[in-house]
Amino acid sequence: MSPNILEYSYLIPAVPFVSAIFLLLFGKRLKPIVAGVIGTVAMGSTFIMWIISFCALQNIEGEEVRRMTSQGYTWMQIGNFSVDFRFMVDPLSIVMVGFITLVATLIHVYSIGYMKGDPRFSRFFAYLNLFAASMLILVLGENLLVTFLGWEGVGLCSYLLISFWFEKKSAATAGKKAFVANRVGDVGFLLAMFLIIATPSLGSLSYTHIQDRVSAVPTISATAIVLLLFVGAMGKSAQFPLHIWLPDAMEGPTPVSALIHAATMVTAGVFLLVRISPLIGTASPEASSIIAIVGLITALYAAICALAQNDIKRVLAYSTISQLGFTFLAIGVGAYSGAIFHVVTHAFFKALLFLGSGSVIHAMHPVAHEKHFDEQDMRNMGGLKKHLPITHATFLVGWLAIAGIFPFAGFWSKDEILGATFLRGGILGYGLWVLGMFAALLTAFYMTRQVQMVFYSKPRFGETENLPHESPKTMTIPLIILSAFGALIGLINVPLKSREELTKFIDPAIHGSKHAEIATFVKINGLSLAGISLALAIIGILIGIKVYRSRPVDSDDEPLKALGPVVPLSLNAFYVNTGVANLVAGIGTKFANTLAFFVDNKVIDGASSNMAKGIEDSGRILRKIQSGFVRRYVLYMSGGTLLILLLALWGNAQ
Amino acid sequence: MTITTTHYLVLAAIVFCIGLAGVSIRKNALVMFMSIELMLNAANLTFVAYSQALDDIAGQVVVFFILVVAAGEVAVGLALMVAIFRRKNKTSPDEISNMAEIVRIDDSEVTNVS
Repeated sequence: MSPNILEYSYLIPAVPFVSAIFLLLFGKRLKPIVAGVIGTVAMGSTFIMWIISFCALQNIEGEEVRRMTSQGYTWMQIGNFSVDFRFMVDPLSIVMVGFITLVATLIHVYSIGYMKGDPRFSRFFAYLNLFAASMLILVLGENLLVTFLGWEGVGLCSYLLISFWFEKKSAATAGKKAFVANRVGDVGFLLAMFLIIATPSLGSLSYTHIQDRVSAVPTISATAIVLLLFVGAMGKSAQFPLHIWLPDAMEGPTPVSALIHAATMVTAGVFLLVRISPLIGTASPEASSIIAIVGLITALYAAICALAQNDIKRVLAYSTISQLGFTFLAIGVGAYSGAIFHVVTHAFFKALLFLGSGSVIHAMHPVAHEKHFDEQDMRNMGGLKKHLPITHATFLVGWLAIAGIFPFAGFWSKDEILGATFLRGGILGYGLWVLGMFAALLTAFYMTRQVQMVFYSKPRFGETENLPHESPKTMTIPLIILSAFGALIGLINVPLKSREELTKFIDPAIHGSKHAEIATFVKINGLSLAGISLALAIIGILIGIKVYRSRPVDSDDEPLKALGPVVPLSLNAFYVNTGVANLVAGIGTKFANTLAFFVDNKVIDGASSNMAKGIEDSGRILRKIQSGFVRRYVLYMSGGTLLILLLALWGNAQ
Repeated sequence: MTITTTHYLVLAAIVFCIGLAGVSIRKNALVMFMSIELMLNAANLTFVAYSQALDDIAGQVVVFFILVVAAGEVAVGLALMVAIFRRKNKTSPDEISNMAEIVRIDDSEVTNVS
């Protein structure tokens, strides 16, 4: 495959985009199944294009970084500053595109089954396509502005998809919440772009340009840019304290949860920081430490929150936040390819878990309908292994993968991150490592709790004729494929040789990564560290099994109660949500009221309406002059001329 | 008595004032036109006088421009007058005051629209 074909890489986001427009315009006239197939085929074709692009990228020769820019045009040109609308294929973006297109395609197939009978079926597929297109624009962008375009696109689509069932008030509110929380992060992104433009040694948003010039950037500017972009990444990738939107995003249909939380939107922040990792290298080390600490706080906090959740999807939502915390920890300690590795493995096993939970919800739906309970509440499940054999088997793979059991995907990537943290050394490095290990232990525990509550123990939904049933093929086949990836995807970066395959592939695209050190780590003490983390994961699982096997969970008998005050804290996510709500409702509302009723009404509106009034009044006076007598005009004119003449003479005389 | 530049300038001033008075006082549009021509030519006279006094040909060149513009102005103005006369049968500019703030219903009565 000739590398020149990569000039057409703009087709990768274009195809789902066109499909989305088509479905939005004509979707209602199509049969639902046709609309679903169109959306799925559009998505599948991007995966085929990915295979072609991947092969073509391998064929780029030379010492230079393997990188190919697509055709495009100058988007805007202001003086010396210009931005191109172009896409760029390089090892980093091709890895992102790979798992995005694959997971998104599988989610499309799954949605055909899951969304069956929904009145807005075709629109759902249009949004899914638009979402995928935005995400592909984001990762393929040649400069920060194109990335920002995709960044806003996924923000919009997440709003549309989370509040897809907008008849439910909670869904509409959750969509708004996601949108607003993301907007906070976007401000950081925008400011970072302005700062890059204003920095004389950078002055361009192109990634290639930034990478080339990075050594000339003053540390202070680099630090500011990195921290601002980090704020942006915190919003998109749900880092503490901007994570509040993600648990609520569960209001959307389950495939959306899988798409947003697994494959796409939440990985955007990680991708962005890895993309500008050369700048992180230039920035002061404190910036990296901040990223690592925020990542760890998020990982630990979300893991504790996940402990006591009863909603099957909320457990997964908090585990997503926790896993993203791990990837930010990786970025903070300089393991950029490790972060990408974890994002890739997480995409597969978390999509697997979400789609599995969707299958469970789908199965519980008739029972829940009959008995009037919440179909997502794990307290009403139990013993589903018998009824959902395929879902059960695939869910187990996801469970082992996220818990970090050898040789499933999560083991390799989580281990690489924790190893890199350990290698960072110092009080910070070891401290982060210990806490990270603890978070990993908690992960193993709460996932075991979920599996036990859903698939094992006695059924808690009582006697019913509507027994839960296995989902249709369109839903189980994606699960099976994803479980294969969830089990094996970790092998792409097995540390068998001196460096791992994925790392070797990505590293040239992100100069300034400190990966050389990690390679040595793998040789020296990788094995013992991996042993410790594996042991902790197994301990977590064993505790989980012991606690939840021996004491069958009833609605009001929760073994976690032994932990005391942690349970309400965990269930309410440390009241962060309420805290933010109070802050916004109290000071925020007061501030907004002042703005609206004083500043806006009196100052801004006052200025413009008074100006208008002044002009109106002067017009009322001046129009008397227009009398209709031409001869009077002549008089005015000659009088005026005389006046000017006198003034000129007077001026001369001075 | 020799005729100096001052004489020409005084003459031009007198002619200009006659023209100005004509435009301001007379009601007939044709006469107003003639008065405007007087004012223009007073200006021309000034230009020529200075041109001669300063020994600079530029002044005379400007005069030609003014003549051309004046001719154009007359052509357009007369055409307008003929057109207005055909429509309204009026020749006095005072009677054509549709654009005025005060609309004159006839010569005596004055009504304010607003």
